[in-house]
Amino acid sequence: MLSLFLIAFALPAFAGPFEDAVAKFANDDFSDTEEAIGVIAGSGSKLAFPIINALQDGRLMADPDSKKVYVTGTDGKSIDAATGEAVASVPDTASAVRLNNRLRRSVDAALGSLTLQSPDLGTRLQAAQSVFKSHEETALEAVDSALAKEANKSVKAALAEARAAILLFKSDATEVEKLEAVATLKARGDQDALALLTGMGDQPASVTKAAASAIGSIQNSLAVWSMVQNAWYGLSLGSVLLLAAIGLAITFGVMGVINMAHGEMVMIGAYTTFVVQEVIRTRYPGLFDYSLLIAVPLAFLVAGAIGVLIERSIIRFLYGRPLETLLATWGLSLVLQQAVRTMFGPTNREVGNPSWMSGAFELGQITITYNRLWILLFTLAVFAILLAMLRYTALGLEMRAVTQNRRMAASMGIATSRVDALTFGLGSGIAGIAGVALSQIDNVSPNLGQSYIIDSFMVVVFGGVGNLWGTLVGAFTLGIANKFLEPVAGAVLGKIAILVLIILFIQKRPRGLFALKGRAVEA
Amino acid sequence: MTPHMLTRSLDRGATIFLLVVAALGVLIPLSNLLLPAGSFLQVPTYLVALWGKYACYAILALAIDLIWGYCGILSLGHGAFFALGGYAMGMYLMRQIGTRGVYGNPILPDFMVFLNWQKLPWYWYGFDMFWFAALMVLVVPGLLAFCFGWLAFRSRVTGVYLSIITQAMTYALLLAFFRNDFGFGGNNGLTDFKDILGFNVQAEGTRAALFALSCLALIVGFLICRAIVSSKLGKVLIAVRDAESRTRFLGYRVESYKLFVFTVSACMAGVAGALYVPQVGIINPSEFAPGNSIEAVIWVAVGGRGTLVGAALGAVVVNYAKTFFTSGVLAPYWLFMLGALFILVTLLLPKGIVGTFNAWWDQSNEKRTSATMASAAAEDGVTEPKLAE
Repeated sequence: MLSLFLIAFALPAFAGPFEDAVAKFANDDFSDTEEAIGVIAGSGSKLAFPIINALQDGRLMADPDSKKVYVTGTDGKSIDAATGEAVASVPDTASAVRLNNRLRRSVDAALGSLTLQSPDLGTRLQAAQSVFKSHEETALEAVDSALAKEANKSVKAALAEARAAILLFKSDATEVEKLEAVATLKARGDQDALALLTGMGDQPASVTKAAASAIGSIQNSLAVWSMVQNAWYGLSLGSVLLLAAIGLAITFGVMGVINMAHGEMVMIGAYTTFVVQEVIRTRYPGLFDYSLLIAVPLAFLVAGAIGVLIERSIIRFLYGRPLETLLATWGLSLVLQQAVRTMFGPTNREVGNPSWMSGAFELGQITITYNRLWILLFTLAVFAILLAMLRYTALGLEMRAVTQNRRMAASMGIATSRVDALTFGLGSGIAGIAGVALSQIDNVSPNLGQSYIIDSFMVVVFGGVGNLWGTLVGAFTLGIANKFLEPVAGAVLGKIAILVLIILFIQKRPRGLFALKGRAVEA
Repeated sequence: MTPHMLTRSLDRGATIFLLVVAALGVLIPLSNLLLPAGSFLQVPTYLVALWGKYACYAILALAIDLIWGYCGILSLGHGAFFALGGYAMGMYLMRQIGTRGVYGNPILPDFMVFLNWQKLPWYWYGFDMFWFAALMVLVVPGLLAFCFGWLAFRSRVTGVYLSIITQAMTYALLLAFFRNDFGFGGNNGLTDFKDILGFNVQAEGTRAALFALSCLALIVGFLICRAIVSSKLGKVLIAVRDAESRTRFLGYRVESYKLFVFTVSACMAGVAGALYVPQVGIINPSEFAPGNSIEAVIWVAVGGRGTLVGAALGAVVVNYAKTFFTSGVLAPYWLFMLGALFILVTLLLPKGIVGTFNAWWDQSNEKRTSATMASAAAEDGVTEPKLAE
């Protein structure tokens, strides 16, 4: 082929059919253009795809004087369409080859059949899907020939579905073919298939009947999938709530300290992520995918250190006065917000997703984004580590001892004030870690924390103060309930309904789902 | 003998307070209206409106002090009652606009015409009459507080839990009022008012009258609170604050006392909101923001919890500082100052300005009087509230 180009370049008089076809674009005649499209699409030349693609985008330039045709790339560089040689510049007399609606359809069909046999797997799959959506009769031949050559399973399935979609709408297809098509679409069973089946128009009686039963079964399976989807969204929201509330479950639930500045610890964690990413961007761009792994321990340390500082300087003077603690920490939250606003500005800061956190995959009929999945897993990991820490480490033992009976713990030689500071630091540090995760799905702004504080308190109070498992159950219950209410009532009303339900729930069980029993209650 | 002396000293504070408020309520409007503009002693109209706003905040602070200072109920949702009262008044003012709106519809407010609503929603009926709106200013917040309190106090939701669910209440209302289809103007709220009882709300005379009315309401509210806390009922409230279980075991129906005082307080907050709206000229959902309610609590803490006079004073002092600092070059630092105020007051000045002053006054009296009096004074709970929850 290359030698052919070379010859063609050297001896334009002996140009082959491909070169002739290319030259026809310069005639500025719609029927010549159509002919050219057909020849080029069938030529098998590797220039065929760039030429037709450029034609579709209006980047195919034809010079009527010299009959030369150029492809201008999206990067601004041009090549000679007939030879593939790079050219320095396109002559001023050249103008874009014009299209009309009829031609646009042929261009689409040509592109479809060209891409259906592209060596790249993703391109082939995409092409098959776009044929499925357009179900143009003209593409049938291309689909058939591609189907014969295709080796990959998923592309083959997509091609078969595309073929079914075409046949269903093809007026001269046989009844058997149409019944097969309906069966194929039923097996696909998603919203697109449903739309095709409901909109297929007049058909033979047997096909209509088969379609009706297919529609019924697709609708059933879609209903199930939408439940699954809601449940997944609910789990995802629940994991966010849990992540935001888990630190609070320590400071409020275990220590009894109302920390209204908890949301600001989350915000500080998010800003730590931002700073880490800024440093990585400017100094070590190769490490970007590890930025979150670096940010997690740093956020824990930064937020934890600030937490210890707050406990030592403010909270320790207010033990046993929960309402005063509430006011002081609210003031603290204003100060922290304003400090961050002064340092980083009031606008949202850009925090990027590492490559392993972006994108999504399909599971049956639902789409699961990687960032939500990672956050769910991360939340569960943090929860498990925290639980293990409280259960198996010396510090955890001391924390439990101090919360259960402070004076007895002190008598046994535990430095209670040190434990208080560390517990508060732990809760704050976990809030900081939450900030790292939330920076991936939320805007990083000085107000980040405020949007979580009320929800977090709701989760802890609903789950039952002093019980980490209660927080877990509370977060997922609220998350799932919220997402199931949303399609019924709308997002805002759903949220209001949840708030009202929690208020009513607290009337019934003032100490939450999993209430502590015995003396600790009145403490 | 000792209680008598203390009551007298408190009465002195209360009397001074009432006289000052009454004097301001008369002198400021007179100076604004009678003296020529630009004269040294003339109070400009914008200041009249500003101080009218402070007076409304002072009423809100009184309402919070009544429940927090004397009954130990820390409501973080009192801004909701304030805003509901404000909305009731705002609805009346909206209906007074009549055909002077942008769309000139005689019945429907502009935002409803804009949303293509054909007729007035049922809950807007009656708001064209002032007496009905004025009644609703009391009834709507009162009813909400009654229902909310009835549920909460009966199931013994106390302390922090109550604070958190009151916050959830105002947050839920915030979300609801932001919705356009809720029928209260959504994000923009109610504004562009023209008349109140036939007087132009922008006119100097109306502003002066509204200021005088706010001062009057402050005086009446203060007297009601004083009457409640100095009665036998007030003693029970203080007992509930200091030892709720013990009071219950002594045979008092704690929840009824709490419910009563909570409802009264909500009605007062509603009145404050109703007077606030014509003076600032707008009511929108941001009044429901949980931050506002918490800020109102800090006014009380700054002035002195459980002193009434202190609550009103705290509201004026903090808001004056806010106006002063947010309008100057120090504006970016205002939140630092407000935050620091929260922290420092709770840490260093737990009794607030008036509480600390009272303690100092008592102490200097103690030096002059006998030691027996000192020991008796320490037992009294009115001037020195125990801040333990």
